[in-house]
Amino acid sequence: MEEMLREYLPVLILLGIAIALGIVLILAALVLAVRNPDPEKLSAYECGFNAFDDARMKFDVRFYLVSILFIIFDLEIAMLFPWAVAFKDVSDVGFWSMMIFLAVLTVGFAYEWKKGALEWS
Amino acid sequence: MAEFFTTPFGIFVLIVAQCLAIVGFVMISLLFLVYGDRKVWAAVQMRRGPNVVGAFGLLQSVADALKYVLKEVVIPAGADKPVFLLAPMTSFVLAILAWAVIPFNEGWVLSDINVAILFVFAVSSLEVYGVIMGGWASNSKYPFLGSLRSAAQMISYEVSLGLIIIGIIISTGSMSFGNIVSAQDTGYGFFGWYWLPHFPMVFLFFISALAETNRPPFDLPEAESELVAGYQVEYSSTPFLLFMAGEYIAIFLMCALVSLLFFGGWLSPIPGLPDGVLWMVGKMAFFFFIFAMVKAITPRYRYDQLMRIGWKVFLPLSLGWVVFVAFAAKFEWFWGVYARWTMGG
Amino acid sequence: MSVASLAFYLFAISAIVGGFFTVVSRNPVHSVLFLILAFLSSAGLFVLLGAEFVAMLLIIVYVGAVAVLFLFVVMMLDVDFAELKAGMAQYLPIALAIGVVLLMQLGLAFGDWHISEGAEAARAAPTPDGVENTAALGLLLYDQYFLLFQLAGLILLVAMIGAIVLTLRHREGVKRQDVLQQMWRDPATAIELKDVKPGQGL
Repeated sequence: MEEMLREYLPVLILLGIAIALGIVLILAALVLAVRNPDPEKLSAYECGFNAFDDARMKFDVRFYLVSILFIIFDLEIAMLFPWAVAFKDVSDVGFWSMMIFLAVLTVGFAYEWKKGALEWS
Repeated sequence: MAEFFTTPFGIFVLIVAQCLAIVGFVMISLLFLVYGDRKVWAAVQMRRGPNVVGAFGLLQSVADALKYVLKEVVIPAGADKPVFLLAPMTSFVLAILAWAVIPFNEGWVLSDINVAILFVFAVSSLEVYGVIMGGWASNSKYPFLGSLRSAAQMISYEVSLGLIIIGIIISTGSMSFGNIVSAQDTGYGFFGWYWLPHFPMVFLFFISALAETNRPPFDLPEAESELVAGYQVEYSSTPFLLFMAGEYIAIFLMCALVSLLFFGGWLSPIPGLPDGVLWMVGKMAFFFFIFAMVKAITPRYRYDQLMRIGWKVFLPLSLGWVVFVAFAAKFEWFWGVYARWTMGG
Repeated sequence: MSVASLAFYLFAISAIVGGFFTVVSRNPVHSVLFLILAFLSSAGLFVLLGAEFVAMLLIIVYVGAVAVLFLFVVMMLDVDFAELKAGMAQYLPIALAIGVVLLMQLGLAFGDWHISEGAEAARAAPTPDGVENTAALGLLLYDQYFLLFQLAGLILLVAMIGAIVLTLRHREGVKRQDVLQQMWRDPATAIELKDVKPGQGL
């Protein structure tokens, strides 16, 4: 337990160092460089005209669908990890139970494909 | 002196020094990677590339980095200031953080955790936040569209990356990089590594890595001709530098992953030659060269084609491969090359 | 104070701060970002408990996937959050009831881990000797909990079908690329040569 936590300490320290480095770089530019803003410079980029409205708009529902499907497949991968690690010791029941699980999700995948949810137009 | 390093404070100093060594290695290689990338690209297009600052232009990236620091930080009027500055930080910090678990030689690793691969997978799944936050906080149309596209692209290819990693884990029976590399040490050198049994997946992993890091031919989020520069449009000075650095560090991380998972990490390709850190660095540099060549010679994909490949080709192929490897390992097909648990874990 | 307890307080405080600002911050996107902070700190807490696999899973699934969907929804849907917030007083009783239920559950969990018999052994369970906890989980999940595992698979299937049924709308008149058709075309069937005589036309 102690051993395990000791291995995680460097991760925390590296995180701290990386954050510090990032902040130093941003502050360096804020301190060293000239700051001379004017309204044109600060306006959002557009092709030669002023922006009509707020840039944050509704968008295609497809993006939501992609992210929902991603969650599902991510969970599937999450289920696969312990199985893969314990593969040599998993019993036959465990092996086939994962195969059934994958088959069920493959049915879902085939349905998706058939319905055209994977098409991007 | 020796007993100093066994006291808690001494251990702390030691860990900080190791962390700084990793950060230093990554930052210095970053400078030369950007240079190398530009040189390769230039050579393909029969140009000279950077050749003014320093001998052969070697110090060009240093000059660029200094220049970024001296540029004005422009924060658009409509932007959400904290999130706007948080986005490049996220992308940079996460890219560095993943290096904590990457070994360079037998035991040369900052933190040898049991779930090393899972850690890298987790950190790279967070990298999408830099892009989304950057695009949203800018409050401008082009970054917004770019970040949406980029987010959808990154999450699509993460699925196949994860499945390919599962195949490797089944073969090894462990999630630690040390065990994965030692499982490839079969005495046959180059031909004992995982690229041979997992042959199709090498290509799938490499291409997914290209898409995951938004490199050409999958650099749609920053397709200059349509979206100017995607989520980076409004960024200037060091915030932009952080985005850029994060991107290159993530690419270099992918090179390290390819060499560890499929090409034996620090193992020498010829049986008899000593293994060592030089092989690892050499392999990483080689795969970065491939990344640069791909960028130079391939045309950009169209977005619908990109999504089609990700979901309709890579996902079924890698899923099928997981099932194949599972059967091959379980029933010891092909003289058990898929089941190397005795050597690893 | 050891480093582990220092880390515990760090993660615990940032989890609570994250949770608090998730509720009170005005901008919904900031709320989601604070929620992510809370998730990440709880992942840190899991690591401190020795449950590395659960910690990484929390990051991969909740932060890397679910929160991305949340961000998509709050960033890009025009939900009027000021109006939603105005109804807060109205829903306060229900919220309090849920809070009490959660508190009771926490109490139950506390009893299980600290007061009941065998609590000492249960607390040491995440890190069994010699087996890393991912493998230990793998040995249990797939045969001992066969039924639950298959049910999880079915739930995922239902979620997949539900998402498609609810969100998929096909637009009319969209030209799609059929890659196979494109590749199987050949000059023999694709073009036709006509010999047009002068002054006649087709």
